[in-house]
Amino acid sequence: MSTIKSTKFSRRSFLRTSSLASGGMLIGFNLFTACKDNVKMPVDISKLDYNDFNAFIKISKEGMVTIFSPNPEIGQGVKTAMPMIIAEELDVPWNHVNVVQGALDTKNFVRQVAGGSQSIRFGWDALRETGATARQLLINAAAAKWGVDASECTAKQGVISNGKGETLGYGDVVNEAALLQIPESDESTSEEEKSENPEFKDTQAEKAEGKVTLKDPKDYTIIGTDVKNVDIDKIVTGKPLFGLDFKAEGMVFASVLRPPAFGQKLESFDAEAAKSIPGVIDVITIGEKAKAMLSGDQVNWTVKLAPTEKVVVIAKNTWATIKAKKAIKAKWSEMSTLESTEKHDEALTGLLDGNDFNTLRKDGDVKKAFAQADQVIERTYESPFLPHNTMEPMNFYANVTDDKIHLVGPVQTPADAATTVAALLGRNVEDIHLEMTRMGGGFGRRLYGDFVYEAAEISDAIRKPVKMVSTREDDMTTGVYRPAIKYRIKASIKDGEITGYQLKEAAVGGNMYGLIPNFFPAGAIENYQVDVASYNSNITTGAWRAPYTNFLSYAEQSFLDELAEVMEKDPVQMRLDLLEKVKGTTDDRIQYSAERLQDVLKLVVEKSGYNTPKDGVFQGVCAYYCHNTHVAEVADVVMEGNRPVVKKVTVAVDCGIVVNPLGALNQIEGGAIDGVGHAMYGDFKFKDGVPQSKNYDSYRLLRMMEAPTVETHFVKNTLSPTGLGEPTLPPAGAAVAIALNKATGHRIYKQPFVSNMASKPVIG
Amino acid sequence: MPTYTLKINGTSQSIEAAEDTPLLWALRDELNMVGTKFGCGIGQCGACTVHVDGNATRSCQLQVSQLDGKEITTIEGLSEDGSHPVQKAWKEIDVPQCGYCQAGQIMTASAFLEKNPNPSNKEIKSAMHGNICRCASYNRIEKAVAAAAENKMA
Repeated sequence: MSTIKSTKFSRRSFLRTSSLASGGMLIGFNLFTACKDNVKMPVDISKLDYNDFNAFIKISKEGMVTIFSPNPEIGQGVKTAMPMIIAEELDVPWNHVNVVQGALDTKNFVRQVAGGSQSIRFGWDALRETGATARQLLINAAAAKWGVDASECTAKQGVISNGKGETLGYGDVVNEAALLQIPESDESTSEEEKSENPEFKDTQAEKAEGKVTLKDPKDYTIIGTDVKNVDIDKIVTGKPLFGLDFKAEGMVFASVLRPPAFGQKLESFDAEAAKSIPGVIDVITIGEKAKAMLSGDQVNWTVKLAPTEKVVVIAKNTWATIKAKKAIKAKWSEMSTLESTEKHDEALTGLLDGNDFNTLRKDGDVKKAFAQADQVIERTYESPFLPHNTMEPMNFYANVTDDKIHLVGPVQTPADAATTVAALLGRNVEDIHLEMTRMGGGFGRRLYGDFVYEAAEISDAIRKPVKMVSTREDDMTTGVYRPAIKYRIKASIKDGEITGYQLKEAAVGGNMYGLIPNFFPAGAIENYQVDVASYNSNITTGAWRAPYTNFLSYAEQSFLDELAEVMEKDPVQMRLDLLEKVKGTTDDRIQYSAERLQDVLKLVVEKSGYNTPKDGVFQGVCAYYCHNTHVAEVADVVMEGNRPVVKKVTVAVDCGIVVNPLGALNQIEGGAIDGVGHAMYGDFKFKDGVPQSKNYDSYRLLRMMEAPTVETHFVKNTLSPTGLGEPTLPPAGAAVAIALNKATGHRIYKQPFVSNMASKPVIG
Repeated sequence: MPTYTLKINGTSQSIEAAEDTPLLWALRDELNMVGTKFGCGIGQCGACTVHVDGNATRSCQLQVSQLDGKEITTIEGLSEDGSHPVQKAWKEIDVPQCGYCQAGQIMTASAFLEKNPNPSNKEIKSAMHGNICRCASYNRIEKAVAAAAENKMA
C-alpha cells in the first residue's frame, strides 16, 4: 500500500518550464509518462502542444494560475479535482485558479481517456509534484532576488515570505522563476545513492536553491475541502458547453439511417420523399470506406465499424434531418443471423452446461472439494443487455478539407478516434485537430468512436462542416451494450467451512478478463476457480459503467448471502472471517486489501444500524472491491402494503484521501442510485436482431420518486486517492437484492428485479 | 418556409421554419439558444423543459406554429446572471455531475415553486419525477429545490 511520500519520478523527466513571450511562466507536464527528450516548450500560449505534454500551467505576472488540460470531463468531476491537487501543492488561493479545456493536436497521444475511474489515481503523484515544483521555483527566484538562502523562505497562498518579514507575490518573481533550472527533491535520493552517483554532486551544489518537498496531508488547505464544479455557472445558465451545442460557420446537419437490426445491411433505398422536405439539402450514403477497412463480413468491434452502407440526410437544421430520415424507404438484407433474446438465453445456458471454458484462475482442486463436501450449493444469476443512455445523444462535428480535418465533440478516447479517422479517410493523423467538449454523460458509450468516424466520413463526402446528430432512438437501438451475462456459482461446505468456490461466466461477446478473477473471494477459499465462456454475436457489446463488475458483484454477493443463510452464519461475520484468511497473503495477484474491505464493512454496519434493526426495515449488506476502491453498502427496504420499497442506501467508502468531498459525494450517490436503478428496471431485449426498446417510453430509467436516499461515510486515511466514478455502482444491486429477500422471502436470480420477483417492488 | 414571431425571454424574435418545427429545434438551431437540451424528442425526459406562460412545458412537443402570443422563458432568460433562487440553490448544493439535464431540471423546479412556494419533500419528488437525470443526482436535486423554496421565502 502506498502512503504519501515523495515519488520516484525524476522531475526533469516529466516537466519542463518556459518563459512566455507575453510574460509569466509556463510549465508543461505529463501525468503518466516521461517527456520525450527533444520536446520544446512554447513561448506563445496559443501554441500549446498536447502531444508533448498532458497539461500546462501558466502563472501570470499578476499571480493568476491557468491550467490548460485537454482531459475530457464526462461528469465525474476530474476537471475540478485535478486542478485542486495542483493548486494545493502550488499553494495558491483556489479563486486564483482558472481551468481551460485545451484542444488536442493529434500526433502521438498519451493517456487522454476518461474511463475506469483512473484519472485521479494515475494523476495523483504527477499533479502534486508539478504543483510543488512550481512552488519551489518561485521560492528559489524570490530567494535569489533577496539574496537569501531559499531554505529561509516560505510560500503560502501565492505569497513568498523570508525571515526578515519581506514578501513577494508569485507574479513578482514569475519571470525569473521561468528561467531557473528545475530542482530535484531530497527525499527521492538516499545518501547512499548520492555518494555512489556523481550526478548528485550537482544536486548538492544546488542546495542553496531549496528542494522540492510535498506537503504533509495535515497541512492541506484545498485537498479535502468542498470545491464546486468549475463549470457550474455555465451549466445553470445554459451556456454552450456540450458537443451538441457546438456550432461553426457554414455548418450543416446530418442524421444517419443505420440498419434497424443487428446483422443487416443496406440493399437499396428511395429518398425522393425525403428530399422534398423543406430544409433538406441532400441524401447520400456512407460506409464504403468502412467496408474497405474490413474484410468480408467482418466487424471491427473495438471501433464499432460494420460492413454496411448507411443512408445520410444532410439538411439545414436538425428537425429536417429527423423528419427526412423517417421518410426514407430503405430495404435491408440479412448479412448474418438475426439474433433474439430467447436464443441468447439458450446459448448462454448451453455454455454454462458445457465444458468449453477458459480458466482465468485456479487454486487447489474445486472438483475434489465438491466431491468431499457435506453440502454443495449451486445458483445461476442472469442479466440482460443494457444500453448506456447518456442524456446527450451521440453527436460529432467534422470539417474535412484538403489541408486539415477539424473534429469537435464528446468522445472519451480521442486518440483512437483520430487514428481511426485518419485510416478511414486515408489521411495523415497530423492533419487532424481534435477538440473535446464537455460530455453529457459517458458511462462507457463514448469510449467507442463510431459517431466520430461517421461525422468525418460525411464531411469528407460533402466537403462541408457538418454536425452528425443521433436521435434517442438511434442511440438506443444502434448502441454498444453491456453484454447479457449468466453466472453459475457453485460452493462446497465441509465441517462448517466453505471449502470450494467455482464461478462460471457465459457472456455475449465476453466480459470478465484481466485482474477481476483475483478480486474477493479469491485468496479466501482454498479451492477456487474462475471459468469464462463467450458467445460470439453480431450485437455490439462493450464497457458500461463499472465494466465487468456491474453485474458480477450482484451475483457474487447474493450468492455469499445465501451461502451464509445455508450455513446459519451471520453474513457480515462470514465475510469478516473469510477476509481474515487473506491478511498477510503472499499471493501478489490478489488485488484487494482484506483490511480495507473489513474496515468498510464494519463502518457500514455501524452507520446503517445493521445490528440494531428497526421494526419493518429490512437491510441487505455487502462489501465489494472494484476499480481500486473498497466499498460496502447497506440497502434499507420497507414494505408498503405488499410492495417492497427501497428507501435508503448507506455507503462506506475507502478511496484513500478524498480530494474534493463535494464532488466525491456526488459520484458516490449517483453511482449507488444508478446501481439500484439498473438492477431494478434495466432491461433490453432483441427480437430478430431488432432492439425492443427504442426510447424512454419503452425503456425504464430510475426517476426521482424511485431514488433512495444515499448516506455516505468515508474511511479516513492518508492513502493515495483512488477513483469514484464507478465503485459504488456494483454493490448497490447486490445490497438491494439481499434486502428484498429479507423483506419478501424471495431470492432474486435475474435482473431486472421488477420483472423477476413475486411481488413487484417500487423504490421511493 | 413560413415566418413565425416568438416572444422569448421578453424579446420578440422572428424565425423562418417549417410549421411543425418543435420549439426545441427552433431555439437551438435557428436562435442559437442551446441551453435547452435535446434528450428524447418524445416528451419523456424533461431535458428540453421551458416555461410557456409560466408553465413548465416540453419544448420538443410544441410546434412553432402554436406559440403565437405565448410568453416563452428559457434557461437563458430565467435570470440575467444566474441569480434566480433556483439557480443559486443549484450552485450552492453543487447539483450537476455531467450537467446536461440540469437546465431542464431548473426550469421544472422554478415553474413548480412559483405555484407551490412551500412544498413538502413528497411534493418536490413528485414535481421532479418527469425529469430524468442519468447521473442520478436526484438527492441533490431534491435538496436544491427545498433550499430554493427556503431562500425565496426568506
